[in-house]
Amino acid sequence: MKLGRRKTIIGGIVGAGFVGVGWWFAQERDRLGGAKLFNIKPGEAGLNGWVKITRDDKVVVAVPRAEMGQGVHTALAMLVAEEMEARWDQVRVEDPPVDAVYRNVDILMDALPFSPEESGTVVDAAHWVAGKLGGVLGVLATGGSTAVRDAFTPMRLAGAVARDLLIRAASRKAGIPEAELVAADGEIRRRDGTKVATFGELVDSVGDLAVRPPPPLKPPSLFKLIGKDLPRVDIPAKVMGTATFGTDVRLPDMLYAAVRNAPTFGGWAAGFEINKVKPPEGFVKFVVVPGGIACIAKSWWLANKFIDVGVKPDWRAGPEPRLDSATLWQRYEQLLASGKLALTRTLGTETKPANAQIVEATYRAPYLAHTPMEPMNCTALVGKETVEVWMPNQSPTIVRLAASKVAGVAQADVLVHTTFLGGGFGRRAEVDLVQQAVTCALAVTGKPVQVLWSREEDIRHDYYRPMALARWRAEIDTSGPAPRLASVTKRQVAQSPADQFPARAAGLPAQGKPEGNAVENPAYGFPFYRLEAIVAEGSVPVGFWRSVGHSHGAFFDESFIDELALALKADPYEFRRTLLAGQPRHLKVLETAALKAGWGRPLPAGSGRGIAMRASFGSIVAQVAQVSVADKQIRVERVTCAVDCGPVIHPGIVRAQMESGIVYGLSAALNGEITLADGAVQQSNFPDYDAVRLADAPTMDVHLVDSGASTLGGVGEPGTPPIAPAVANAVFAATGQRLRALPLRLA
Amino acid sequence: MIQLTVNGQKRDVDAPADKPLLWVLREDLNIVGPKFGCGVASCGACTVHVDGKPVRSCSLPAGEAVGTSVVTIEGLGEGRLHAVQQAWIEAQAPQCGYCQPGFIMAAAALLTAKPKPTDQDIDDALNNICRCGTYSAIRRAVHRAAAILGGAT
Repeated sequence: MKLGRRKTIIGGIVGAGFVGVGWWFAQERDRLGGAKLFNIKPGEAGLNGWVKITRDDKVVVAVPRAEMGQGVHTALAMLVAEEMEARWDQVRVEDPPVDAVYRNVDILMDALPFSPEESGTVVDAAHWVAGKLGGVLGVLATGGSTAVRDAFTPMRLAGAVARDLLIRAASRKAGIPEAELVAADGEIRRRDGTKVATFGELVDSVGDLAVRPPPPLKPPSLFKLIGKDLPRVDIPAKVMGTATFGTDVRLPDMLYAAVRNAPTFGGWAAGFEINKVKPPEGFVKFVVVPGGIACIAKSWWLANKFIDVGVKPDWRAGPEPRLDSATLWQRYEQLLASGKLALTRTLGTETKPANAQIVEATYRAPYLAHTPMEPMNCTALVGKETVEVWMPNQSPTIVRLAASKVAGVAQADVLVHTTFLGGGFGRRAEVDLVQQAVTCALAVTGKPVQVLWSREEDIRHDYYRPMALARWRAEIDTSGPAPRLASVTKRQVAQSPADQFPARAAGLPAQGKPEGNAVENPAYGFPFYRLEAIVAEGSVPVGFWRSVGHSHGAFFDESFIDELALALKADPYEFRRTLLAGQPRHLKVLETAALKAGWGRPLPAGSGRGIAMRASFGSIVAQVAQVSVADKQIRVERVTCAVDCGPVIHPGIVRAQMESGIVYGLSAALNGEITLADGAVQQSNFPDYDAVRLADAPTMDVHLVDSGASTLGGVGEPGTPPIAPAVANAVFAATGQRLRALPLRLA
Repeated sequence: MIQLTVNGQKRDVDAPADKPLLWVLREDLNIVGPKFGCGVASCGACTVHVDGKPVRSCSLPAGEAVGTSVVTIEGLGEGRLHAVQQAWIEAQAPQCGYCQPGFIMAAAALLTAKPKPTDQDIDDALNNICRCGTYSAIRRAVHRAAAILGGAT
């Protein structure tokens, strides 16, 4: 994998010690940023683009990634504080300006429509272009479980450079040679431990010092903060009710707007007629916005009420105004039978046994909405020459691009403020709300407008997790004394968010390639593996949904592994172990989950355990679900989860993210299904698109597996993929019913 | 014009009586701790106390809150950290945090009614939605809050 190789090279050079540092520093230096970049205010001194100190002894860290609950503000601040030798209680975080210094390089690499093992000229060229784009455009983005992986080196480097500056500033101020000074606990001290200056006392002493390459970064054995369960920086405000989400933005003279999007996908409003009803006090105007119509008023409640009675939009239908789910599934069945293959891949050597038993199964996964708790919103203000946007978003770079296009101003004249995100899950990488909010703001120039969607608009106008259809087929060689697996083939059909997203966000042409995560190989050592991927076209917009293609891929793959085990009369856990020979990290994760779950121990009638594993975003996760079934209702009692995500920055956050991924995936596995009729989504709000609640949440045990791996894995998404197949496999163990369609419903 | 008592203060609001309490709080009184999540009293993000009882404010006309005492997350601790908020911090419960004011208000009302709740009591009373899946931390936090209120340190 390209990304993995790049990490290994950097790690190797760091490990080689001082000789490598100069070269390595040159590579990472352009991500350091100047001392003035990070919104320096009176009483503050910038040390580089990532950190500033304040006269009242605070260390303020720039966190250009969206805090959507995954703890990224805390984890990233820890990286800087660790090398800088700051005290955790003096660390604060702030959103920096949109600048290429803060780009997320890893997310660009991961977003390419290639699978990890693909190589060759085209792939290399694409990676090269993406790296260049990362450098030139500087995409700030949060997603793909990349935030910590991307920041691990640059942000520790920023902390080390800052520490070096502070030591030199203290040396100059106190007249003590540098070599006699060290940084510790937020102070510069003599080597005997006596204090020379607090960080805050050096605010006026660092100004003209130039950055120089710092000494090597700390080895993990010297970490004081990394690896500890430090209190999260975002929690006090969230518990007091003072955290500002997008919907909480309040500005002078601010107006609100409610939206109705065109009923069918790809539809729009060509105009509108104003109905003959008296507008309520506080109504401002109706505006045609991209994809629909908005009602602007002094109250959102009023706007959302009046839009249904005050106006008759001239709706234009999208390309498939009669589309329904049954038709779509028929279309997918035809594509599965005879569609054009966008990707074919084989691993191993194919043999044709003389006598073979065929095992074949077809699986389905539906469209899914994201339903973050905070409904979609964006606030925009169009001034004389500038545009200002306040938004809970996963990519301020793309927000800025979208706002500049709608308003017809240069990107440099757009200022983006990223608030806390009330959930993201991939939905907040999209720019539809930016386009609508800036359009509204253009209609009332000089006044900010907060566009907020109702939950009904959110569920009916999402960029959905693609529905997908897959057929697995295996040949078992029955010629010998014992049946033996000979080959497996998977053929799948799905739309590609990796094709759609760049087209709508940046106008890039579609490549007709499957989304990369959807075509990642299972970790198992099959004698022969063939993958055939078909990309479906269609009018339903699809996007990135927590773990993207892994969310259905793991269900297909891990369900079929269980079916294969049954055909071979093997225990599902033991069968996986045999297929993972030579994969020690995967084996250890699988074995940990099974051991901690008490795999094999008897359960009462009507109960069962199921196991599943998935490697995604650089981490390996195995889960054992224990379910009970009564009156055709599936109850997930307990989930045991083992994760190997490489070095752990914050164990509590890793555990929380695993639980979070499990619950998110469980909501989808048990309830999640978006269906279409007459070209529109049939579901509308939580009563018909429900989520798992406290009463249905399983007991969860999360075990962190240390395999000694040095490469960081992501944790925001990898907890989600295994849960649906683990539950489906448990339902089979409990009932003998094999459920091959999501959501899981017993006949 | 309607008169409400919110977090101990009398407030005059120029809003129609059928405007939901949530929107009066958020738009007219600039009290934005209670959140909009669904608008149909399903998710509980808008939960506030009306005369000490948990109420989904998105579906309560403000006119019906006249003459009652409304308490939001901002007023829960009366200027200090409420035991439930303290327990929430100890448990490091929130993730994205958007639903948490609603959960905290529901938990505080539960503990007033049942100082030693069972898991079943918690399941029944905290029927809110958290899409980040903080449920196990919330369960721990409610038990911890019960202990703090019972005099534990």
